[in-house]
Amino acid sequence: MSILEVKDLTVTFPGGIEAVRGVNYSVSRGEVLGIVGESGSGKSVTSLAVMGLLPRNAVVSGSVKLHGRELLGMPEDDQIKVRGKTISMIFQDPLSAFTPVYTIGDQIAEAVRIHQKVGKDKAARRAVELLDLVGIPHPGVRAKAFPHEFSGGMRQRAMIAMAIANDPDLLICDEPTTALDVTIQAQVLEVLKTAQRETGAGIVMITHDLGVIAGMADRVLVMYAGKPVEQGPVDELYYRPRMPYTMGLLASIPRIDGEEGPLVPIEGNPPSPAALPPGCPFAPRCPMKIDACDDEEPPLTEIGGGRHVACIRSREIEHKGLTGADVFPVPVIPPNDVVRIPREQRPTVLELNDLIRHYPLMKGAVFKRRVGTVHAVDGISFDIAEGETLALVGESGCGKTTTLQQIMQLEPPQSGRIVVLGKDSGKLGKEDRKALRGDLQIVFQDPMAALDPRMPVGDIVAEPLRAHGRKNVDQRVAELLTLVGLDPSYAERYPQHFSGGQRQRIGIARALALEPKMLVLDEPVSALDVSIQAGVINLLEELKNTLGLSYLFVAHDLAVVRHLADRVAVMYLGRIAEIGTVENVYDRPAHPYTQALLSAIPLPDPEMERTRKRILLEGDLPSPADPPSGCRFRTRCPKFARLSEAERRRCVDEEPSVVRLANAVDHGAACHYAEEIEVITASDDQEEK
Amino acid sequence: MGKYLLRRLAINVLLVAIAASLAYLLAASSLNPQVNFKGRNPPVPEATIDKTLDQYNLNPKKPLLERYGTWVSGVVKGDFGQTWEGDSVNEEMGRRVGVSLRLLLIGTILGSGLGVLIGAFAAVRQYKLSDRVIGVSSFVIMAVPVFVMATMLILAATGLNNAAGSKLIEFVGEYSPGLTGWDQFANRLVHLILPTISLCLGQIAFYSRIQRNMMLDVLGQDFVRTAMAKGLRRRTALFRHALRTALIPAATYFAFAFGTLLTGATFTEKIFGWHGMGAWLVDSINQHDVNAVAAVSTFAAACVLVAGFLSDLAVAALDPRVRVS
Repeated sequence: MSILEVKDLTVTFPGGIEAVRGVNYSVSRGEVLGIVGESGSGKSVTSLAVMGLLPRNAVVSGSVKLHGRELLGMPEDDQIKVRGKTISMIFQDPLSAFTPVYTIGDQIAEAVRIHQKVGKDKAARRAVELLDLVGIPHPGVRAKAFPHEFSGGMRQRAMIAMAIANDPDLLICDEPTTALDVTIQAQVLEVLKTAQRETGAGIVMITHDLGVIAGMADRVLVMYAGKPVEQGPVDELYYRPRMPYTMGLLASIPRIDGEEGPLVPIEGNPPSPAALPPGCPFAPRCPMKIDACDDEEPPLTEIGGGRHVACIRSREIEHKGLTGADVFPVPVIPPNDVVRIPREQRPTVLELNDLIRHYPLMKGAVFKRRVGTVHAVDGISFDIAEGETLALVGESGCGKTTTLQQIMQLEPPQSGRIVVLGKDSGKLGKEDRKALRGDLQIVFQDPMAALDPRMPVGDIVAEPLRAHGRKNVDQRVAELLTLVGLDPSYAERYPQHFSGGQRQRIGIARALALEPKMLVLDEPVSALDVSIQAGVINLLEELKNTLGLSYLFVAHDLAVVRHLADRVAVMYLGRIAEIGTVENVYDRPAHPYTQALLSAIPLPDPEMERTRKRILLEGDLPSPADPPSGCRFRTRCPKFARLSEAERRRCVDEEPSVVRLANAVDHGAACHYAEEIEVITASDDQEEK
Repeated sequence: MGKYLLRRLAINVLLVAIAASLAYLLAASSLNPQVNFKGRNPPVPEATIDKTLDQYNLNPKKPLLERYGTWVSGVVKGDFGQTWEGDSVNEEMGRRVGVSLRLLLIGTILGSGLGVLIGAFAAVRQYKLSDRVIGVSSFVIMAVPVFVMATMLILAATGLNNAAGSKLIEFVGEYSPGLTGWDQFANRLVHLILPTISLCLGQIAFYSRIQRNMMLDVLGQDFVRTAMAKGLRRRTALFRHALRTALIPAATYFAFAFGTLLTGATFTEKIFGWHGMGAWLVDSINQHDVNAVAAVSTFAAACVLVAGFLSDLAVAALDPRVRVS
């Protein structure tokens, strides 16, 4: 018996924008339905339509039945009895999803009191119970805290507590972990599973992360351009996708257990809902397109085994057993010549020696006084050889961005030494500094914010050239645009005419304008959709090999890092926890933090997700203004918990520094009790090799 | 928190002192009370003028700083000196402060309260007819100076009285003499109507524009959606979650709006024949009455800073993020 039944749901916004064009699904008790899709595919709009929370100017048609009762067109008086009671929703960004002026406890108690006739005291007590259930420490005290006093992970837990306050039959989770760090994501997903066990509710899980879905969902619905294109049980869909879009999506994700080499990109961009192509909306990007694809949009047809596919060639795909890697062209990336020389013989392009950056913590509005120190970066050292990519990974607040800023400023650091291309930043004159800037360029995270919206693309790319007084600017701009895979005629257009992936390419072209020797990449693909991300990663790899660049790559996505980087440095609270070659760190992590980090990353593989053992970390990152004594990780360290009293002494008293591991050439960990273990099971294709 | 407010209070007292001193120095250096004795018949002897003015600490022949010193030593003891005619400034102020405060308080409460409600209403009905009507009217009202507005209100009231054939709305002075008890109270209320409207309209227009913007910012926020997802009615969610949050920035404008209110009060009092502080300021400038001008300025400065302090308190009460840090 299904709880929710959605039939032919369409949502049209003013201006004839069809955001959702016929969605059908049903959810049963205790079942988890995953809805996957890229931004603009209509997955969130679908769920808001089910909740009746769309703006009033949206036109919704079709049918949404909850326990057989039609929800669409229901008067508000009846709707409010369902909302929050039978269906609850968990939103993406837990910071903005709580009203900032009421305490967390009050907001949960409000949800209780809307649907249950209980007194204020009782509702408040229930709120504390719920907070306890979702694993918030000291729930009695924390219930009186305001949303801004909660960390992101705690807020999302509180959000889940609020959603299950009235024992709903259905939970809709809209990207519940997208805004969170991986270790926190793993915690929150555990809480969601607990919540489901407690309530027995059905869950609709909306996300773009195929890894999260693989571990949570029973059935999956893939959406593209406002319509489901494939639907089926999770194993079937992941191991035997029948629609080229699903195949491409699965093939394009970088995996932490994957081999190196180019990723499989899906060319082009998702269509705008205002201008859909004739026929199949995926046809313009589909490598299997035939003429018949343009004739009409294929309907979602059943192919047996509870599966539905919207592709006229699905039988053929099934018959031939095709996968994404077979269908989508894999780009050939020229090899890197520099790498043939051993690392020790290559020149060092960037060297950081015991870099320290502390910020004063100020208090007071009129008379400011210093009350403490934020240890943003607290003594880190690493070097990058020519032609090499070093990735700096870590969760938010670990000091990655501060490190980048210190390098890019080219000023004398507070303490320690920064040597860029053999020049000490502490001894640079004004002229030298400007000249050096040409050799050291940066690509920013958010391609929307990094480009001036009022400047044509050509001028954006030309700006560094003009600033350094180069000649033949126009010709160089055309060259650069071609280099990053854009048409030179685009120089006349403005950033708003480009998609996220194209904008990031423009940002890369600007960074390359002065022919730098080294690029700093600050989360260059984290704002992009999966299918676009693969193309940009491939481009970066190709540019590095053809132009002989070196990269300092900052990221929180460890799967992307595995693909792009040669070496990786894991940061925790302003210190480096582990550093080494990608193979060493990923396959034999020695620091407990790296181990937890790697084990927290969901794999887009349902079978492996089910059998994997996670190392869950307790709590949140401590404040960098008050780091724990000795080893900074000990407060959350699973290993520390297992040590004897005598062994712990050392962790509390003595701060570990990065020590090279005994049997490795390039692998060091800052742990007194470092021990290499395997966290990620090697995937099948790796074992074969 | 208490410490923070105490410090704010101390800073405010300091600011009032600075504002009052500057006002006194400006008035004392530019106004010349001797003019009041000029052209009298029979002419007043120079020595008499000097003696009189010396007595009231008003003689411009004395060095400015010496007069300032005398004034300050009086003010510290709570004595604002004497008018050029020898009356006590304190007594006159005591009579007038009540008159002005009545206008100002009602103007502030009605102006900000109605303005916020109208602004929030306009935001919820964005781009509908009611929103556009409110928007256009606010801009028209803000563009019309208070004295034009007051005159137009008087014309309208006269028209209404003529049409009704009796004095429905009275607009001269604070009350009609010769009434007692409830009659006098009711009569005072009738007299309050027009000045209050003329003072409030600008405030309502100002607050409604600000509140509309704040509310629009908040309306699109996720927490309003969360509130509705919990099962609150749209109206309840808007009132309890959106309006409550959107009030915080409006509270900071409270101090600014009060400044314009004071200016408006000066005109309003003068036009409607109220003997308040604003009217007194205009009169004393005309009469070169330095001490009275300084006293009114001190009062205005104190009012603005009290408004600022109240606005700090309001923000602290409304916004937990300020309260905690």
